[in-house]
Amino acid sequence: MLSYVIFSVFGMISLALLLNLWRLMRGPSLPDRILALDTMYINSIALIILYGLLMGSPLYFEAALLIAMIGFISTVAVCKFLLRGDIIE
Amino acid sequence: MNMIPRFKWLPTPYRSLLLFIVWLLLNQSAAFIHLFFGAFLAITIPWICYRLRDPQPLIQRPLLTLRYLLRVFADIVTANAEVALLILGPIKRLRPAFVRVPLDLQHNLPLTILAGTVSMTPGTVSADIYPTVEHLGPDDPLPQRWLLIHVLDLEDEAALIATIKSRYEAPLKEIFQC
Amino acid sequence: MQNWMEWAVAFFLLLGGCFVLIGSIGLVRMPDFFTRLHGPTKATTLGMGGILLGSIFYFSMSPETLSVHEMLITIFLLITAPVSAHMLIKTALHHRLKAVEHTQGEQELKRGQAFASKEGNRSETPEDQ
Repeated sequence: MLSYVIFSVFGMISLALLLNLWRLMRGPSLPDRILALDTMYINSIALIILYGLLMGSPLYFEAALLIAMIGFISTVAVCKFLLRGDIIE
Repeated sequence: MNMIPRFKWLPTPYRSLLLFIVWLLLNQSAAFIHLFFGAFLAITIPWICYRLRDPQPLIQRPLLTLRYLLRVFADIVTANAEVALLILGPIKRLRPAFVRVPLDLQHNLPLTILAGTVSMTPGTVSADIYPTVEHLGPDDPLPQRWLLIHVLDLEDEAALIATIKSRYEAPLKEIFQC
Repeated sequence: MQNWMEWAVAFFLLLGGCFVLIGSIGLVRMPDFFTRLHGPTKATTLGMGGILLGSIFYFSMSPETLSVHEMLITIFLLITAPVSAHMLIKTALHHRLKAVEHTQGEQELKRGQAFASKEGNRSETPEDQ
């Protein structure tokens, strides 16, 4: 039963990623695109965790943690760049 | 508002505790070597970092802090279910609004916690805190500061402001005694 | 016991998947940037919490192991989601994005935009405010 559930959740998150991609292409403004990228990294963490579940291996946890950190830092850096035209003043 | 730590060697006890727990979670073990090394890191890192930072107000009421965290966590779950329903419902009937909330808190750390809580909980996102006071000298009078928030579906502005002030700001004032 | 755990895993995974999907639907459906921001910051964070809880239950199913380090990602996302939302909405104010017409509190938005753009130039001349 569990593998069916995992596969359907895979489908949901892939659909969510496609919707984010649509927003990333569509825009219309720069903050919209950053928001779409921000949501995409969170959704990809969910995909990695699910893949770890499917493989039955807890090793993928570290990759998910690293993506969470790098995604947050990059969102803040891009916002800061748009806000000030500079990342480190 | 108390900014002077009680022990020189342990300037931020709760942050040390958090670091210790994070270290144990990262290693997923409570063996002696992890306990020992975690305690070592939890004491050394805040001790080194403390003099690099501006002094921050200290938590005066740990039990109240715990209760505040639990309450915020419960609010996150219920508020997010509401937001999910609003997203799936008819868009035309949403009443988005910008509201500004007058703030009683002064220091940056409680203000940051308040803005984060407001962003996570009741269908609102905090947008800005203004005016900025960084350019003011230490003796200048502080102006009245405002928190600008965006609400997804505004029903009653006064009720929303009253909720934020009594449910989230008052406990923070109590916790930091400021 | 085993069966009960399996149901819990399935429940949390499905709940998390639904919330993640709803957050992304909000990103697509909403009319302007400020309303779009609500979906990803709130629903997606809760959805991630659900999926990570499911993962915790799944890896704790075999009797001798206990897996709790997924809690770290949940805590990290809970702390960072409001911060990135705040940075994003500040960027939007700085770029003077339009809100939908029936947004209430137009003058609050104007005031916020004025402060945000003033702050953008703060690095050059802090004195002339």
